[in-house]
Amino acid sequence: MMKLVTLALLLSTFSSTNGINVAESAGQFFSSGHTNNWAVLACTSRFWFNYRHVANTLSVYRSVKRLGIPDSHIVLMLADDMACNHRNPKPATVFSHKSLELNVYGDDVEVDYRGYEVTVENFLRVLTGRLPPSTPRSKRLLSDDRSNILIYLTGHGGNGFLKFQDFEEITNVDLGDAFEQMWQKRRYNELLFIIDTCQGASMYEKFYSPNIIALASSQVGEDSLSHQPDLSIGVHLADRYTFYLLEFLEDIHPTSKANMNDLFKICPKSQCVSTTGYRTDLFLRDPGSALITDFFGNVRKVELSRETINLTQPIILVEDNSESGEQQKEWQSYVDQLPVSEIIHQKPKQKDWHPPDGFILGLWTLILLVFFKTYGMKHLKHIF
Amino acid sequence: MGLLSDPTRRKSIVRVLTRLNAPICLLCYMVGMACFMGLAFEPFILRTYMSENAMGSTMVEERFQAGERAIATAREFGVEKEEAGGMPVNWLVKAMRDRGLEVYTQTFSHTLPFPDENKERFMVKGTNVYGILRAPRAPRAEALILTAQCGLEDDNNQAVGLLLVLAQYFRSQVYWAKDIIFLVNEHDLIGIQAWLEGYHHTNISGMNWSPIQGRAGSLQAALSLELSSNVVTSLDIVLEGLNGQLPNLDLMNLFYAFCHKFDVLCTIQGKLQRNDWESLSGYTHAVQTMMLMMVKQASGHPWGDHGLFLRYNVEAATIKGINSYRQYKSSVNSVGRLLEAMYRKLNNLLERLHQAYFFYLLPSLSHFVPISYYMTAFGLIAISLPLRALDLWVELSVSPATEDGVANVEQSSPLVLSVLTPLVISHLTGVALYTLPVRFQEMAVEHFPVSETEAVVLTVIAVYTAGMALPHNTHRFVSGEGTEQGWRVLKLVTMLYLAVLLGCTALLNFSLGFILALTLVPVAASITPHMPKFPTALVMVVLSPACTLLFSVFAFYELQEMPMGFQDCWLQFLSVISQGILDHTLYGSMVFPLLTLMVYPCWLVLWNILFWK
Repeated sequence: MMKLVTLALLLSTFSSTNGINVAESAGQFFSSGHTNNWAVLACTSRFWFNYRHVANTLSVYRSVKRLGIPDSHIVLMLADDMACNHRNPKPATVFSHKSLELNVYGDDVEVDYRGYEVTVENFLRVLTGRLPPSTPRSKRLLSDDRSNILIYLTGHGGNGFLKFQDFEEITNVDLGDAFEQMWQKRRYNELLFIIDTCQGASMYEKFYSPNIIALASSQVGEDSLSHQPDLSIGVHLADRYTFYLLEFLEDIHPTSKANMNDLFKICPKSQCVSTTGYRTDLFLRDPGSALITDFFGNVRKVELSRETINLTQPIILVEDNSESGEQQKEWQSYVDQLPVSEIIHQKPKQKDWHPPDGFILGLWTLILLVFFKTYGMKHLKHIF
Repeated sequence: MGLLSDPTRRKSIVRVLTRLNAPICLLCYMVGMACFMGLAFEPFILRTYMSENAMGSTMVEERFQAGERAIATAREFGVEKEEAGGMPVNWLVKAMRDRGLEVYTQTFSHTLPFPDENKERFMVKGTNVYGILRAPRAPRAEALILTAQCGLEDDNNQAVGLLLVLAQYFRSQVYWAKDIIFLVNEHDLIGIQAWLEGYHHTNISGMNWSPIQGRAGSLQAALSLELSSNVVTSLDIVLEGLNGQLPNLDLMNLFYAFCHKFDVLCTIQGKLQRNDWESLSGYTHAVQTMMLMMVKQASGHPWGDHGLFLRYNVEAATIKGINSYRQYKSSVNSVGRLLEAMYRKLNNLLERLHQAYFFYLLPSLSHFVPISYYMTAFGLIAISLPLRALDLWVELSVSPATEDGVANVEQSSPLVLSVLTPLVISHLTGVALYTLPVRFQEMAVEHFPVSETEAVVLTVIAVYTAGMALPHNTHRFVSGEGTEQGWRVLKLVTMLYLAVLLGCTALLNFSLGFILALTLVPVAASITPHMPKFPTALVMVVLSPACTLLFSVFAFYELQEMPMGFQDCWLQFLSVISQGILDHTLYGSMVFPLLTLMVYPCWLVLWNILFWK
């Protein structure tokens, strides 16, 4: 009898502790608070000699897709078409490694913003969501307050700006304000911002919204260097920072527990030549608790609820009361897009009738002729 | 008040300028000369660098291997050329077509104004053959061009062979973003002129040519190849074009970069590169190279087939293979790889070359003098003219105040006449110098036992010397005497005219403007009727444009280390005159009209001032 009691007691304590452990691990599992992942990957430079920027962006795109984020949740912006550039000795391919093994362009790449569509305005509109109603879903960042967003920018930059397309720039102030708009509109839960340009650290100096981690490939005053010169294609295939970032991401799989602190350590000065930088003061959690897959992967979170929702009220059909003649239906019609009648002024009709102009001239000529016929030609000299 | 609007300050400045005029002018001239000599001192000037981003950091491994085949093709071409007795048009058309190019021909014919004794031609008839390699994927908007002239006898065979082999190699590549035109032209410059006129729908020279059937878009860059041997010891790049125009410096930088890569010796002006810039011999070497470039640029003659492309905004250079007595030889294969590398880089261009300088001087391949440096030297030399003019203006505004107003009015109209007459007569002499030689060559040939070319040249010299006799004779026709004021006004007008003329010339063809300024500015600034007539006249003749030309010819041969005696120099001088006239009629070179219609009248007016009574 006593044995049964102790056994039951042990069993109950065991199960309760187990339950507590489950709760704890469950608690750990839901600590990040995000339910979906988005990625905005932008390459801002065009021309053949900037092949490596497109290759950088496409390789990050590949990694992000491999780790689970679907195309519908990736906004890929490429400023130029390298695969089909006339100078590409290997058409329809983009490589980011000297070995030319992996074609990061592939068959299933979906570029959302291409060529001249990659502008500062479009980039900021994507981030803030202020797009015209006609924009298709693939070009929108439809994030909510539980989305973790990865933003990756590459191109040519300077102290406080990033060059888009060779004719405009985005400043760090613009970027900071855009992120603040996103925060106020509850468009992100947490943001990871990676930039691989010269003097990249200047771009995250002006952020002031919470929950942002920023990484840059070089400090102010330093240049980010390129890597992987290829002698058959004739260009550099990747930048150093992105190359080592991708090497690091090779080891990440969807269930990997690597965290942000590991990401901060990639590309030391011996490999990158420039000093990488990062900023975590705006991030409310400890960066060590943020997993790589929180941003790069698409780990789906499931919310368990122990509540039951009672659907007690039956569904009532709403009756169609169009027979009642009281409610007059308003006939809907489209607003005139171009109110022609307001724009083009009609010529006002002449109020009174004037004789035609030529008639008056002819009349005067007749009078003059009659005058001279009567009085002779010698009077002509008085006029002329 | 401002410096110039305050009358007291202005008066003091003017006083300083008029009192110290001669010393200031002399000082400026000396400093200008010193600046110019300092231009070749390499620590003072800039190193060459690649300015165009699109051609910058890309690096490719060249895979051209067909050097031997080029030599075989060259031999075949030589045989065909001998059989055809000129340009083997059918063989070339077939050869290009077999290599996958779109082939077209253009016939042209022209009669020169008088026979060209250097190249021994008078009535020229020929055919250009060109093949277009279409870029596999690109729109046909832009093109690059490679030319090799069909030379006489054994000249330039290897260049044509290399051109055909390169065409075949390029045809099998997919990475061309521009079309490439391979042109083999007959009668060197005349053929190129006909082709360019046909391609761009212009007709400057009045030649007859058949229309160009196949086009490839706007030309971005051109290279002309001159190769007459199976091995080369060095490659020389020639940049000077028509009217002293130079291609963009990036083209030279491109060539120089690849010389290093392929371990080929590269030269400019035929002179080897030296490493000891700071030493005296290094400095003199740099000065010689720069002076040689200046003499070549001043002549306005296109020194290679590329010279005519520059007018159409196509950056072009000529690459000459030189086979001298050095140990280390490079094969035709290396030349082919160098051309492949250059074309691949030019392929990456997105717009015409425009980032580097268009106006420069090259004391060596690794250093250059940009326009901002050399214009300072020229400005210092030419500033004497406006300073002198200012001095004369002050003198003139001071002296009439001493006379009464009545006499002033009476003198003004004969003053204008006495000033205008020498100007008009000098310019008419200039016009005579420009038109008479070519027009009356037939008459001259009838009366004198000389050939047409000699007749033209001797007429030029005759008219030139006749102009010098003018001052002694015009006074018989112009009534009244010139006054003290007269020559001053004339000199003032001439100073300003000369200053503007030299300034404009220096902008367009710096070397020509500089060399003319060197000799004319001292003459113009110091001439007055009160100087001793005979010695001054002698100095003036020595510094006249004709003698400047003679000295330039002499300097040209000295600088190339082929010094000539006076007799040979004189014969060369005569042939230079005939070449100048031919360049003007055939290609539109402006040196001959400039010298005869503007510089010579100017000098003649100064000569008039010297003999002013």
